[in-house]
Formats: sequence, structure tokens, C-alpha cells
Amino acid sequence: MVESKFLPLDGATSVSQAMRQINPDVVAAYPITPQTAVVQNFSQYVADGIVNTEFIPVESEHAAMSACVGASAAGGRVMTATAANGLALMWEMLYIAAGMRLPIVLTVVNRALSSPLNIHCDHSDAMGARDSGWIQIYAETGQEAYDNTIQAIRIAEHPDLLLPVMSCQDGFITGHGVERVGILPDSDIKDFVGEYKPRYALLNIDEPVTFGAWDFTDYYFEHKRQQSEVINNSLPIIESVFKEYEKLSGRPQPVLDMWGMDDAEYAIIVLSSTAGTSRAVARRWREKGVKVGVVKPRLYRPFPEQYLLEAIKNCKAVAVLDRAISFGAPLSQGPLFTDTTAALYNAGISGLPVVNYIFGLGGRDILPDHIGSVFSDLQKIASDGQRGTMVRYLGLRE
Amino acid sequence: MTERIRISLKDIVNNEERMASGHRLCGGCGEPTVMRMILHAVEGPVVVSTATGCLEVSTTVYPTTAWRLPWIHSAFENAATTISGVEAAYLALKRSGKIPADQDIKFLAVGGDGASYDIGFQWISGALERGHKFVYVCLNNEAYMNTGIQRSGATPLGANTTTSPVGDVLQGKTQWRKPFTRIMAAHDIPYVAQASPHNYRDLMMKAKKAFAADGPAVLNVLAPCPRGWRTESDQTMALTKLAADTCYWPLYEVDRGKTIVNYKPREKQPVSEWLKAQGRFRHLFRPANAGIVEEVQEHIDREWERLLKEEAAG
Ligand SMILES: Cc1ncc(C[n+]2csc(CCOP(=O)(O)OP(=O)(O)O)c2C)c(N)n1
Ligand code: SF4
Ligand SMILES: [Mg+2]
Repeated sequence: MVESKFLPLDGATSVSQAMRQINPDVVAAYPITPQTAVVQNFSQYVADGIVNTEFIPVESEHAAMSACVGASAAGGRVMTATAANGLALMWEMLYIAAGMRLPIVLTVVNRALSSPLNIHCDHSDAMGARDSGWIQIYAETGQEAYDNTIQAIRIAEHPDLLLPVMSCQDGFITGHGVERVGILPDSDIKDFVGEYKPRYALLNIDEPVTFGAWDFTDYYFEHKRQQSEVINNSLPIIESVFKEYEKLSGRPQPVLDMWGMDDAEYAIIVLSSTAGTSRAVARRWREKGVKVGVVKPRLYRPFPEQYLLEAIKNCKAVAVLDRAISFGAPLSQGPLFTDTTAALYNAGISGLPVVNYIFGLGGRDILPDHIGSVFSDLQKIASDGQRGTMVRYLGLRE
Repeated sequence: MTERIRISLKDIVNNEERMASGHRLCGGCGEPTVMRMILHAVEGPVVVSTATGCLEVSTTVYPTTAWRLPWIHSAFENAATTISGVEAAYLALKRSGKIPADQDIKFLAVGGDGASYDIGFQWISGALERGHKFVYVCLNNEAYMNTGIQRSGATPLGANTTTSPVGDVLQGKTQWRKPFTRIMAAHDIPYVAQASPHNYRDLMMKAKKAFAADGPAVLNVLAPCPRGWRTESDQTMALTKLAADTCYWPLYEVDRGKTIVNYKPREKQPVSEWLKAQGRFRHLFRPANAGIVEEVQEHIDREWERLLKEEAAG
């Protein structure tokens, strides 16, 4: 383990620090709140000659991902960052990057999608891209955003994966929130990420390759199946990178971050910064003698089904907190809930009541009292033996 | 241009074909002819990025490829941006020593008129403004051919396409075409040219100049589509000559800001000759549509006069 140097950094700057240390070959990016700091800081590193990166200040996010696709296919190590509408504008290119198996790393500083226009945090942007073939990692803190960015490079470029990775954190809450972030020495990060050795590269002129061919009905299906096979089997590889980084940094890098789950009767499953609020409340409930716990998946794609089932299977009632709505899904539930309940069904677990709470859309505050109300609800559900309303809302005026 | 660039037929014959035969473009299609001429004009390695369209779908039917060079297709609108990413990686990898300092690689992005005039317009403009060193080629057949002959910003007034059809009320496309070449030149990039494959020397010379330019360059090349133009497949070259002789498609270049008209027909043919030769304009020769032909002629005359003035202005 190496010592980190602790700096007061906001989450966006933590990511740009990680990018500085990674020193990618190409960064193509476009500004959008609350991601802008990532691009601005990085431009400064370029202007100061601190990185060797070729920075492409593109004219849109679609162009950002298009340039990343070109640069990655060319054989470069490539990174970018965006949020909300920017990610939505990239949508076409997300599928193309994944389909071409290009190990691009994209930071998403999560923000609500229009309309109405709103610049604050929710997960509707990244959740809209959950089926695009990208690996998705969600950070609770600026520290995690820094750590995840570095690990994302190794995961993406793993020769058995070659999959793009989206590294997400909460807009403003951690993106703009300043906290104590431990930065590892530059040389250790340089060693950890190593050199990218592409299997195929446009710039390898001695071995000309065709990228992005036209697939008919006779091949497309098999190619898509191969893609699902890769991401289905990616978890052990991702975990091996997590473990290696844990050893380097001394900071635990679990697939699921768990608090109180050894004997929890009532559990909350939630992504990103709200896990912190949930744990703070859970601690107080534990003091009152109620066995509560919190599960925070760091990884959402691939969905860590087995870990999650293992974590909650002995609970009496579980709440899944979603910062996004899947419009038109049963009761317009959230995507994390859909995946969790699907996992339970697949495992044949039917007796465990699970409820969904939609919260924090457009940056609406999620307060300790809201989390407390969830634990109360879970107790009631368990004692009544009745799940009641499947999809509920926290902090909403109705 | 101070240096004289030579095009020798012998060299061309001896050059390796980097776009192989056996692709699935239609017989008489202008696109592969133009591509091959351009590739013959490039010396040394070149990476090609191609927009979605006839050229792309017909040359890379998996698991085959017609490309004996590094080639990428990513989407319809972003061939220019894709190549800017490749060029950026080239610069970065050269800087870090992963590509030898003396290795010179050229970059070419290709799109149809739909990809260039319409959906990819912003992407091209952005790449030109950023100054990536690459050549953008518009293979211009004046409609979205790959999806079945729909109108584009390059389709001229009166043309019958599947989204500007001839009907009881409308007689083909109701608008003129976008001045794409002029707009490209307005980016103040080192080299912009309009060309046509019947004059292969002119086209290849322009390709050579484009690749030699100190910054981005754009070629807008007429590439007939027998399917969409409703013409015979053996008429392709003759048609492009007619386009130049009627001044419908002037051959010219804007070399570091200076406009040069490369071909001035001794006797400018009436545009009706060009229109008459193609099924897509057949309806224009109904007596009631005489006004449309006149209007097309007016557009051609105005554009030609403006071009000559631009040249005279130096
Ligand atoms: C974003 C997007 N919109 C629409 C299409 C459908 N499409 C594919 S090729 C094409 C037309 C191509 O026209 P052009 O660029 O003129 O090339 P051509 O086929 O005529 O050579 C269209 C509309 C697409 N592939 N992607
Ligand atoms: S449809 Fe037209 S552009 Fe497409 S391959 Fe055939 S001739 Fe060429
Ligand atoms: Mg076309």
C-alpha cells in the first residue's frame, strides 16, 4: 500500500486529477454543468504542458464521443466526460463505441434530463444508457470518483473485455462538493494503469483493419451475442482490478459496499451519494436496536446479481431507492428496483417484500428523515406481512 | 500553387489498388471511380473514415472488405469527427514515440452529399475550425441514395426524388441547392475544390493539393448515381462532362483564399442539355414546367457569374 496525499477537492476536480495522472493520449470533450470543471481543469493541464494529451475541444457531445471512437480505434487511450443532455446527445455513439469494443472511459457527473430543464442531480442520464453495452460504476464520494476513474482504465482496456466504462458520480452533491480526497503518487498511478496495447489499431498501417463494417442478418445477431457474453463474464475481471487497486490504495473496493448487512433485517439498496446519508441514519437506528443495513452497489452494469441476492436474502423487508424513473414500467418504477426484483425472481425468492422509492429527481434534497421514514415503512411492512404500495416517493409534494 | 504536381497515367496503372474490386456498388456508380482516383493521388499510408451511405454499406459487407487500408465507419454524420480523433491519436502517439517520428500518415474522411450538406454539416464545420490535418471528400450524387433516393440539401430545384416527388401540385424539389463548396471555403481553410471524375487529371491534382495542404482541405466531387438519376450506367462520365460544360458543376478551387476556375467551357451549354439527359428531370420538359427550367438556368448563371467575379477579385 502507498500513502495518499490528502487534498481538499470537489468531485469533478478529483476526476480531472485522476485524468492528469492517467495522462491519456486523447481527450475530446464538451462543457456541460455540472461536469464542466472536469474539462476546464484538464484543458489547463494541457495548456500548462502537464499532460501529453491531445485535447480536442469538439463542437458537441456527439462529436466528443465520435472523436473518442476515432481516437480509440486509432489505438490511443481515450477519455471524456459529460452529463445529462450531453450524454443523451452521445446516445447513438455509446452503442457504436461498445459495439466496436473500444475501451473508452467516460466520466458522467449525473444530472437530470430535460424537459423541464434542470441542472441538478439525478440518475436519469446514465440510467438511460444502461443498456448501451457500457460498464457502469457509481461513486458515493469524490474519493470514489477519483479511485473509480483510475480503475475504469484498467477494466476497459483489459484484453478479455475491451468494453467502454462509464464512471458516474452525483452532480453538485459530490461533483461540486469539496471533501478530503486522497491522491496516490503520480508514479504509482502511471504504473497501475500501465501502457495501453490495442489489439487492433487504425494507425497500425502494416496491418490494415476495417472497423465498423456492415453486418447483415447473417452476422449481426452473433456479434451482439458475443457482446453480451463479454459483459456477462466481466465481473471476475472487474473484481480483480478492484482488488489490485485496493491493495495499492489501502481503500476497500468492493463490488457492493455494505453496512450492517451481516444481520440486517431491513435494508436499503441505493447508488451513489445517498448511500452516505442512508448509513448515517442507519447508525442511529442501530443505536435504537433496530437491525438495519445499507447496500450500495458500486457496479450497476454488469448488474451484480449474485452479490446482491446474497446480501439481502435474509432480510425481512428491503427498499430500493431509485434516482430515476423508468416511465411506463410497472407503476413507473425505477431501474434499480426492476433489476433487483428480476434478480429475486430469477433466484426463485418470492417471500421477501421489496419496495421502491423514487427520490431526489432534479436535485431534490434527500434528508435523513426521508431515510428514517423508509426504515419505519420497512418495519411496518414486515410486521403487517403486507408490502402495500410498490412504488413510493420521498420528499415529493403530492 | 508554386510547385508543379504531375499526374502520370503510368504511375496510376502501376500503383497498387487500395480499394479492391468486387465491392457491391452498382455498375456505373460514380462513387468508386472517384474514390479510386483520389486514393491513387495519395502517396504513402492513409487512414480512411467513411460516413454511412452507399460507399460504406457496399464495400464492407461483413466478413468481406474492399479496403486494403485502415478504414473505419462509425456513423452517418461524423466521418470528419471520427477522423479528427484518429488524427489526434496520431499526434499524441507520435509525441510519445509510439509512432516513429518519420512515419507520415494521411487522413481522409468521406461522406455522401447527405452526410456532408445535411446531417454531418456541423461535424465537418467543427473539424475544419479546429484545423485537423485531413481531407474531407463529399461524394456528391445529389440525394440520399443509400436509403432510396430522398432529397438532400444538394438536390437541385425540380429534381424528382422519393421525398420531393412529382405530383399533381408539386413538380419535384422546390428549393435550389446549398452552396456547400462556398461555405466550406468560407471556413478559410487552406484548400477547397470542386471537381468531377471525367477530368481525372484535374480531380487527382486537386486531391494531391488537398493532401499537401497545411491544414484541412475539402473536395466536393460530382459522383453520378445511375439509379437515382435515372440514367444509363455507361453515361456516368459523359454526364459529369455535361455538368461542367453547362456550368451546372463548375470545376474550381479556392487555394489559400484565392479562387481559380479550372475549366471555362468555350461555349456554355444551356442547362436544359444537362436536365434532358436524366430521368429525374423528365417532368421538367412538360410545357407547364418551362418556368422551372428557366429558374434552374437563372441559378446556374448567377452562380457562374459570381464565381468568375470571385476569381477576378483574386
Ligand atoms: C443518424 C442517421 N440517420 C439516418 C440514417 C439513414 N441513412 C443511412 S445512409 C443515408 C443516406 C446517405 O446519403 P448520402 O450521404 O448522400 O450518401 P449516398 O448513399 O447517396 O452515397 C441515410 C438517410 C442513418 N444511418 N443514421
Ligand atoms: S444507388 Fe447510386 S450511389 Fe448507390 S451504389 Fe447504386 S449507383 Fe452508386
Ligand atoms: Mg448522396
